[in-house]
Amino acid sequence: MEGNIILKFENVGKQFDGNRVLKDVSFTLKKGEILGLVGENGAGKSTLMNILFGINVIQETGGYEGNVYFDGKKVVFKSPFEALNSGIGMVHQEFSLIPGFTAAENILLNTEKTKPNIISKIFGKRLETIDEKEMRKSAQKGIETLGVDIDSDTLISEMPVGHKQFVEIAREIDREKVKLLILDEPTAVLTESEAEILLKAIRNLANSGVGIIFISHRLNEIISVCDKLVVLRDGAVVVERSVGGVEIKQIAEWMVGRSVEGEKNFHSKIQDISNDKDIILDVKNLWVDMPGEIVRDVSFKVRRGEIFGIGGLTGQGKLGIPNGIMGLFPSGGEIIFNDKNLPLNNTYNSLKSGLAFVSEDRRGVGLLLDEPIDMNIAFNAMQVHDKFVKKFLGGFIKWCDNRAIRECAKKYIKELDIKCTSAKQKARQLSGGNQQKVCLAKAFALEPTLLFVSEPTRGIDVGAKKLVLDALRGYNEKNNTTIVMISSELEELRAICNRIAIVSEGEIVGILSAKAPIADFGLLMSGIDKLEEEGEDNE
Amino acid sequence: MNKINQFIKNFGWPRIIISIFLISLFIIGPFFGIPTDMSLNDVFVRFGMNSILVLSMVPMIQSGCGLNFGIPVGLVAGLIGAVMSLEFKLTGSAGIFTAFLIAIIIAAVFGYFYGKLLNRVKGDEMIIATYVGFSFIFFMNMMWIVLPFKNPSSVQGFKGTGLRVTISVQEYWYHVISDFLKIKITEHFIFPTGMFIFFALMSLIVWAFFRTKTGTAVTAVGSNAEYARAAGIDVDKMRIISVIFSTILAAIGIIVYQQSFGFIQTFNAPLSFVFPSVAAVLLGGASVNKASIGNVIIGTILFQGILTMTPSVINSAISIDVSEVIRIIVSNGMIVYALTRKGR
Repeated sequence: MEGNIILKFENVGKQFDGNRVLKDVSFTLKKGEILGLVGENGAGKSTLMNILFGINVIQETGGYEGNVYFDGKKVVFKSPFEALNSGIGMVHQEFSLIPGFTAAENILLNTEKTKPNIISKIFGKRLETIDEKEMRKSAQKGIETLGVDIDSDTLISEMPVGHKQFVEIAREIDREKVKLLILDEPTAVLTESEAEILLKAIRNLANSGVGIIFISHRLNEIISVCDKLVVLRDGAVVVERSVGGVEIKQIAEWMVGRSVEGEKNFHSKIQDISNDKDIILDVKNLWVDMPGEIVRDVSFKVRRGEIFGIGGLTGQGKLGIPNGIMGLFPSGGEIIFNDKNLPLNNTYNSLKSGLAFVSEDRRGVGLLLDEPIDMNIAFNAMQVHDKFVKKFLGGFIKWCDNRAIRECAKKYIKELDIKCTSAKQKARQLSGGNQQKVCLAKAFALEPTLLFVSEPTRGIDVGAKKLVLDALRGYNEKNNTTIVMISSELEELRAICNRIAIVSEGEIVGILSAKAPIADFGLLMSGIDKLEEEGEDNE
Repeated sequence: MNKINQFIKNFGWPRIIISIFLISLFIIGPFFGIPTDMSLNDVFVRFGMNSILVLSMVPMIQSGCGLNFGIPVGLVAGLIGAVMSLEFKLTGSAGIFTAFLIAIIIAAVFGYFYGKLLNRVKGDEMIIATYVGFSFIFFMNMMWIVLPFKNPSSVQGFKGTGLRVTISVQEYWYHVISDFLKIKITEHFIFPTGMFIFFALMSLIVWAFFRTKTGTAVTAVGSNAEYARAAGIDVDKMRIISVIFSTILAAIGIIVYQQSFGFIQTFNAPLSFVFPSVAAVLLGGASVNKASIGNVIIGTILFQGILTMTPSVINSAISIDVSEVIRIIVSNGMIVYALTRKGR
């Protein structure tokens, strides 16, 4: 029995700069078994696979805890090459194919079939001639194993995405000694019929004795193809069991749910915002061309004074919505804000009319890392509303009022409990949570009527998370500021929002009350069931 | 010990080594018959001559356009201003202020187009700026010949058209600024108060600019262009403002240089200001995206100090001309050093 186990994780843990992403992960995989690995974004799936595959980042950030056993031996891979050589194949979400090469050349890259010639006899094996006939035959065989029909002479750049995915998998299984194959969202880009073919191929592979780890957000695929299920949540294994008899709804609950209800702190205000009488923001047919987060056609209404959540999986377009409305990426559609039409693609105008935005890219967009905290906080308000400015010569010279800036910074440092040595400390030196608070202070200083907050708790620890969420809720209650919060973490959306819209493939698939059962959200995200809105939340 | 380490870290090894080298030159100078007051005089005069040119690097560095290898654009504007004022045969302060005025207007126009160009090549500003500087000089080489200058002291004596390579300003505005409130300390040491006041004035303008609303916007663009964009700032406009500002400062700087030197140098002369100005601000501790007036002052003193002291001291000590070698090593070495630290 013991010899049958191909892969075993034993108490594996990992932290990045004190931020724990994996703890005590243990599970096993037998030969010829398909293991479905599911979990929300940020649950630790990618980190776990990176550890197994020996990706450099892991070593650079101080290695990991616990042990990994592969094929009966304890292994610590220092680089992907070592992992490859010992028989692990990985198919990434992003293609790693050479566009100008044919399918055959890609599949056999660095393992080309060759035949000797005169020069190679003298100078060695590296100069042998490529045997194109053999290559084609070998590649074709690999593709056929998958059960698809692709010409091995086609250039990668001329293929549809689905075919690229098959070529990528064919390349991994072509290595003769592959014993374990990791498939990271292989069906994400495939059509349904293609996905079916792929699933069949995976089954075939498993039957030939290869262990497979299958990562997917499409839970129905997990159920139909996998033998075993492992659910990760917040870096820990919550469920490890066989797939038999499990329902999709149950998996969704395991993925997103905590021991719920008891600790849940629902939003207290349900007063006058339960109908569409007072709409502050009306978005109609918005599209945004934000790379990786494309928004196709989104319409929704935000009521004055509410906290409106937008959730959904990464890459489905939820981040595109605020970035588009704020004019940071090209966008189109119609936005009515405060009963006035808001022109798109004009950041200054959006800010001026009372919108504010806390970007998800804190270090890239949100902060001036080499400037002091006070400048970071006051900058937007100064540039947009001419606050903290003393005017001379009839407004020709607009002098910064450093004292007012410092006072304002001090106020927010106190209010938001920003841990720093002084208002003059550089933003770069702050911890992630405190940087996020500076970003919030920057937005608060604008005194917005509507505030977009994008991924406010990404990459910060649990304590800071709570402070940030409390600050947002407090600001909402004190100033009656409408807040639109975009987050991948359903839990935090449910904790502070009134209503939550779920975005999938660039469109809103449903708007639910924050009190709706967790499983409903899970289903919406997995794109299985396009739920109609619940009665009270009419759009 | 900790304090010393901290100081070394803040001040940087290149500056420490060069400071020690410079101080040792001052110490051994008198032993080879070089009077200290004369050395001091040279260093101060050269500081006054070059400091504004170095200062002109600051706005562009702050806006993220990198080191201004295209400084010849501003220098040429200054040259045009200077020869135009000669054309009007104006002398004394009237002459030099006319030169400033014309130079500023022309530099603003040049700077606008130069800035437009740099906005199209974001990320490669420095290499493109170098090409712009060089090609602009050669373009102007043709123009100096063709443009219809008339003043006999500017045009070539043998044919009456085309500018000379060096034009004396002796009879026009020689030492107008240098001699303003000058203090004679010893026989060989005349402190050029005027140039220092002028430099202080220019520094004040630069300092004040970066404390206005527009100035902070420029700094933000240089520090993080995405941040600035998210704050509704027109990034391209801010960059153009900084380029115009830098170009104007360079134009003013070269006129200050000329009035002290006594000659307007046309044709290829602007080439020899590019690397020394860039190297000086780097030596002062500026990085490719951050510079202060303090950097300008320290850098100019150290760089010009080395330049003036090495020929006199080392040449008389070992009778070989190594000053040029040292100058090239310091200036080019400094630039390479700074560029390797770009990413931080």
